[in-house]
Amino acid sequence: QLDHGCALHTAARGCLSSVSPQDVPAEKPRAVFHTNESDPAKHTEHHEGRLYDIPLEEVKAVFPHGLPYRFQQQIQTFNEARVMVRKPALELLAYLKGSNFAHPAVRYVIYGERGTGKTMTLCHVVHYCSRQGWLVLHIPDAHLWVKNCKELLQSSYNKDRLDQPLQASVWLKNFKTSNERFLREIKTQKKYTWGKREATEEGRPLGEVVEQGLARVRSASDAVGVVLREIKQQSPRGSFRLLVAVDGVNALWGRTTLRKEDKSPVSPEELTLVHNLQKMVKNDWSGGAIVTTLSQTGSLFKPSSAYTPQELLGKEGFDALDPFIPIPVSNYSPREFESCYGYYLERRWLQHEKAHTEDGKAELQFLSGSNPRQLDRLAGPL
Amino acid sequence: TLRLICTTTAVQRKNVRASGPEKYTEAFIKKQIEEFNLGKRHLANMMGEDPETFTQEDIDRAIAYLFPSGLFDKQARPMMKHPTEIFPEQRKIQWGEDGRPFHFLFYTGKQSYYSLMHETYEKLLNIQKHQDQLTVQDLPLQKEKRNLAGSRWLSKIELEEMLLEKLSDDDYSRFIQLLQKLVALPCADIEEEYIQKFSKEVPVQLQKVVIEPLQYDERGVAFSTGEGKRKTASATAVVYDNGSGKITVNGTDILHYFPVLQDREQLLFPFQFLGRIGKHDMVCTVSGGGRSAQAGAIRLASAKALRSFVTEKEVEFMRQAGLLTVDPRVKERKKPGQEGPRRKFTWKKR
Repeated sequence: QLDHGCALHTAARGCLSSVSPQDVPAEKPRAVFHTNESDPAKHTEHHEGRLYDIPLEEVKAVFPHGLPYRFQQQIQTFNEARVMVRKPALELLAYLKGSNFAHPAVRYVIYGERGTGKTMTLCHVVHYCSRQGWLVLHIPDAHLWVKNCKELLQSSYNKDRLDQPLQASVWLKNFKTSNERFLREIKTQKKYTWGKREATEEGRPLGEVVEQGLARVRSASDAVGVVLREIKQQSPRGSFRLLVAVDGVNALWGRTTLRKEDKSPVSPEELTLVHNLQKMVKNDWSGGAIVTTLSQTGSLFKPSSAYTPQELLGKEGFDALDPFIPIPVSNYSPREFESCYGYYLERRWLQHEKAHTEDGKAELQFLSGSNPRQLDRLAGPL
Repeated sequence: TLRLICTTTAVQRKNVRASGPEKYTEAFIKKQIEEFNLGKRHLANMMGEDPETFTQEDIDRAIAYLFPSGLFDKQARPMMKHPTEIFPEQRKIQWGEDGRPFHFLFYTGKQSYYSLMHETYEKLLNIQKHQDQLTVQDLPLQKEKRNLAGSRWLSKIELEEMLLEKLSDDDYSRFIQLLQKLVALPCADIEEEYIQKFSKEVPVQLQKVVIEPLQYDERGVAFSTGEGKRKTASATAVVYDNGSGKITVNGTDILHYFPVLQDREQLLFPFQFLGRIGKHDMVCTVSGGGRSAQAGAIRLASAKALRSFVTEKEVEFMRQAGLLTVDPRVKERKKPGQEGPRRKFTWKKR
C-alpha cells in the first residue's frame, strides 16, 4: 500500500512548504505520513502520527534554545524541521484550548521513560502558544542551572543567595530573541536599582531590564528575577497569556553538584535563578499555564530507571507541584513508527539496501523497541 | 699369570629410545586377563551383584562409585577394562628360533602393507578374469552402483591400527586409489565382502534430537519452551504464537534489560533467521553469567523453543547456522607461574 516507488522520488522533489492546502491521502503517497497543517492549533486526532513542517525562520525565532541537540542536527541535515503530532501533545493542546484563564494557572507535568519524546512534546506546545501569541517563558533545561557552574557570585540583593551570571545572561539573550514584541509592550511597575549609578525607572519597557542584564553581567540573575516578577504580576490582567515551559523541572528541588567556597553543598533554594523559577511555577497567578517536563537524563543522584513524578521530583518537589495534571508519554505506536520510518526512507536517511525491505523494518522495530531515541540512533549509521 | 680383563668403569647405559615401546610377552597378557577376570568377580561380590552376569558397564559404574574423581579428562580417571583394550596390540615376534622370518615380505620393512596390496591386486585380477569370462559367454555385465554416499574409506590411522605398522601418506593414498579402481569395475560385487572390510558407514543425520510438540495454554495460544546455557548463564524461554514481537526478560522489557544493541541483536537472530520477527511473543527468565552470556543463553533457549513451530528442513538450517549448538567456550583456567590463562608475568632481563 505504501508504494515507495517512483511516485515518492518525484514527489520528494516537490517543495516542502506545501502547495496544496488539503492533505488527501489517496492522491499523494507522501501525505500519508506528512501533514501540510503548519499551525498546531488546527491539529486534531486526524493528524495523529503525521509529521508537520515548521518553517525555518519560525524555528529560529521561536526556539533559540530548547530543541534537543539531535533534533537540531537533524534540522541541519534535512534542511527542514518536521515534528510528529502525537497523542500526548494533542491532549495537552486540547486542555490548553479549553482552559479558563481566570482561574489559577494549571500545571501539567509530562513524564515518561527515557527517549520517548517529552521534550519534543513540550516544543510542540511552545510552538502552538507562540503561534497563538502568548508570551513564552521557555527554560530549555533546568538541570543546566544546578550543575557545572563555573562562577558563583554572592547575590547583592540577598546575602544568602548565590548568583549565576553566565547561565542567566545566556538565558536572557535567548529570551530576547523569542519574545521581542512583548519586551516592548510590557512596562515595569517599580523602580529597580542595579548599583550605585544604574537604575530603571517605573514605566520603562521590559526590554531595558533585559539590556541591563546583558550589559552588566554581574546583575544578570537579578535582571532575570525582575523579569519574572513583572511578568507574573501583569499576567492576571489579561493583556497577554503566559506560558511557563520548563524542561527538567525536577532539577528545581533535590540536590545540586555545586559547592560554596567553604566546600559546603549548595541547596537549590540558595540559587537566585532557581528560587525565582520556583516562585513562577507556583500556581498563585492566573492567565496562563505551566507545562513542565521531568527528565532523568540530566538529573542528579537519581537512578536511571526512575521516571515517575514521585521518584524524580522527590517529596519536596511533589508537594510544591501538587495539584498537577500528569501526561504520560510512551514509545511509538505501530502507526507512529511506520510514519517515522517512512520519513527516514523518504529523506533517504536509511541508505542500507536491507533497510528498505519489510524485514528490515521489522528488524528496526525490534531492535529499537519502538523507542524514538533508539530508532534515531539506530538509523544514524545506516 | 693374570689375564687382563677389560672392564669398563662406566656401566653401559640402557638406551631407552632405541628399544621402542615396551614389548609385552604373550604370557604376560594371559596373566593380565586372568587377573582381570578374577578382579571382576571380586568386584561383583563387593557390589553385591551376580558375578556371572557382571557386564563392562556395571564395572565402569562400580569403579566410578568406588573411586570418584573430579578430573576433566575421562582417560585420566581410574578405569578397569579388559587387557586387550588397555595394552595396545603389538606384533608378535616375526621370526623363528633360527632367525628366519615367517613372512616372505619381511625384508621389505612394511610386510603387512605390501601383502595387503598384493591381495587387493589379486582380487582385481580375479574380477577382470570373471569379466572376461562373462564377455566370452555373452552374458550381460551386472552394473549395480554401490552407494558411495553413505560410506567412506578407512582413514590412515584406522588402517595403521589394522595393519599394526606405520604407513606413509603416499602408501595410504596408493592403497585407496587401488580400492577405488577395484570398486569402479562392473563386476565388483563378487568381492563385496573384501571391500566392506575397508569401508565405514557415515551416519547421515547427526544427532536425531526429539522435537517436542506444541503445547497449548488456557487461552488456546500455542507455546513451547526451551532452555539454553552459555558460560555460567542459564535461561529458559517460553515462546507464544500469535504475538506482536514483544519480549519480556525477568519481568522487564528488553530495552531496559539489555541497553546495549549487541545483546538485542543476539536475541533478534533466531527470529530473523526464520523470518518470524513480529509473530511471536516471548517470556524468558535468565540468571547467572554476564550481559553477553545471558544474551547468548536466551538466544539458544529461544532457538530451541522455535524448533516446535517450524518444519524439519528449517530445523536443519538452524542447526547448520549454529543456532542450536551449545557454545563450549568457558573461562580458561589460570596456570601457576603465569598471571592469567595465557598472559605471562612481565619479563625482566635482570
